[in-house]
Amino acid sequence: MDLYEYQAKQLFGKHQIPGTPGEVCSTPDAAREVARKIGGQVVVKAQVKTGGRGKAGGVKLAQNPDEAAAVATAILGMDIKGHTVHRVLVADASDITDEYYVSFLLDRSNRAFLAMASTAGGVEIEEVAATRPQDLAMIRVDALLGVDEQKAAEIVDAANFPPAVRDQVIAIMVQLWKVMVDEDATLVEVNPLVLAPSGTVLALDGKVTLDDNANYRHASHADFVDREGTDPIELRAKELELNYVKLHGEVGIIGNGAGLVMSTLDVVAYAGEEFGGIKPANFLDIGGGASATVMANGLDIVLNDPEVEAVFVNVFGGITSCDAVANGVLQALEMLKSEGAPLSKPIVCRIDGNNAVEGRRILTDANHPLIEIVDTMDDAARRVAELAAVRKAGK
Amino acid sequence: MAIWLDSNSRILVQGMTGSEGTKHTRRMVASGAQVVAGVTPGKAGQDVDGIPIFNDVQSAMLATGANVSVVFVPPKFAKAAVLEAVDAKIPLAVVITEGIPVHDAAQFFQYSQNSGATRLIGPNCPGIISPGQSNAGIIPADITKAGRIGLVSKSGTLTYQMMYELRDIGFSTCVGIGGDPIIGTTHIDCLQAFQDDPETDAIVMIGEIGGDAEERAAAYIAEFITKPVVGYVAGFTAPEGKTMGHAGAIVSGSAGTAIAKQEALEAVGVKVGKTPSATARLMRELMKG
Repeated sequence: MDLYEYQAKQLFGKHQIPGTPGEVCSTPDAAREVARKIGGQVVVKAQVKTGGRGKAGGVKLAQNPDEAAAVATAILGMDIKGHTVHRVLVADASDITDEYYVSFLLDRSNRAFLAMASTAGGVEIEEVAATRPQDLAMIRVDALLGVDEQKAAEIVDAANFPPAVRDQVIAIMVQLWKVMVDEDATLVEVNPLVLAPSGTVLALDGKVTLDDNANYRHASHADFVDREGTDPIELRAKELELNYVKLHGEVGIIGNGAGLVMSTLDVVAYAGEEFGGIKPANFLDIGGGASATVMANGLDIVLNDPEVEAVFVNVFGGITSCDAVANGVLQALEMLKSEGAPLSKPIVCRIDGNNAVEGRRILTDANHPLIEIVDTMDDAARRVAELAAVRKAGK
Repeated sequence: MAIWLDSNSRILVQGMTGSEGTKHTRRMVASGAQVVAGVTPGKAGQDVDGIPIFNDVQSAMLATGANVSVVFVPPKFAKAAVLEAVDAKIPLAVVITEGIPVHDAAQFFQYSQNSGATRLIGPNCPGIISPGQSNAGIIPADITKAGRIGLVSKSGTLTYQMMYELRDIGFSTCVGIGGDPIIGTTHIDCLQAFQDDPETDAIVMIGEIGGDAEERAAAYIAEFITKPVVGYVAGFTAPEGKTMGHAGAIVSGSAGTAIAKQEALEAVGVKVGKTPSATARLMRELMKG
């Protein structure tokens, strides 16, 4: 889960990292109040989970409370790269003497962690890496040894931080590593880390990604879940404990296993090219079990997506045999029918693997008006794309 | 001969008395694997279908000669279980558990590297099977037969799909390496082992979005692999920044895309199928020569 800047700064505050926490506001009036409380010049920053918000006009200075309210009015509701701004952070606009960059991240390739540090902060770090790599220190962090003061000094010295700030940056790196470990983060980034005229080093911005697998040991992280920024169908799917991602297309997808479902999306998109660009509408992995209840929940979610014209159920019976999957599909449709769900969208089923012949026989014998059985994944993808295209054209 | 797992493998199951552990123990036994011990702390002296349970990995190894562990322990306790297996110096530990925090995985991976005695497969993987010889994990055994293709895959169901499509030709060993950001055994480890295995003639490699393992594997193939390799990559339609089921399956910015992986593989002469079935056909043509 990616955090907003204001949430990242809450974690920084919890771990004693000096910065400008400010307060998050969702109305201009609130922004005015916070600016009054802070006093003097403030910065009003759009809270969106994407880069380049400064360039997009999402970060503005304000000299007084009324100006803060005016600037907040302009920024709230703004669209930045497809992200709507629901909140702004109003914070003390500290003067800046120098700008630096520091981060820790999971390094998948080396199966460890990586520290990055640079005295060229305030610009996109990818740009520094590309144009002046000598200015970006990259140091491997052993997952078992972590970052103590000595390791932090190695990182800070590799990046040639000036002697006047060295000790402060070392202390900040030690604390940032604590955020990484204690909060189960996979990314902790400060850009810019600034030197204020007073000589103090401050985290002016913050980016944190948390590991969802570790949620069970961080009850407080539930507060970070972003309901406004999440698609409503995704929210409902999450409540039903389904592994679902909303996309934009006409073919609802249900399958078992993440790899097979990703592959199903691709195969439907290829097949859809022939039918005027029919696309998959979602990712939905119902897992190995493929029980009737899970299938019913899945069909319910997918059939209720107004974009969906046809559904593709693509199951490989490995651990679960295909007869159980076929019965699951039929029971799921019965369950939905008894709940009064409107059922009109065609459902193409491809089931293969253990006991596939029996599974297909069960579906054939049921003779359900919505279900079509196709033996192979590629042919099924073609058929479902065709059905979706026909229904779409009929509208 | 197969890789890492054969008819001499003696399997212990960490978490055998849990529901998943018991269910898959029975499946492994039914498929002909030698499952010799279970480990559940505090349950020594009990048994599952006559297979003795021990309190710890070391005593299970001493008593039964087990040399492979399959870990079904829930995420909360998985790190401790893997550290224990590594401390006991078991040669192979297959971690099936899904949902292990990545800091835990990074730590137990580093721990196994420091020890040097244990190969880890997984976590979040279906395991490893050498059809007709042994089966460590949850891969269904009856969907294929023994043969001379080696298979390495990040995905469970795509592994099964490929095994099933090529069931008449058969496989030496199939390894599900898992879809997490940090895994113990990589595509490259498997490619190297298959290259060295005299009973493997060709390799299917299945990848998916996220990370750069496939690109690195392509570079490795160019330099070290002389056996034919056929590839498949899933996730061309995955949007940026969304995790697609597997914790590691995510396109971040321009990194980890399916197209980059396909291009890297094709650039070194690997034939990449457009769909799983097309990939199976490529392998079929190759094996029929």
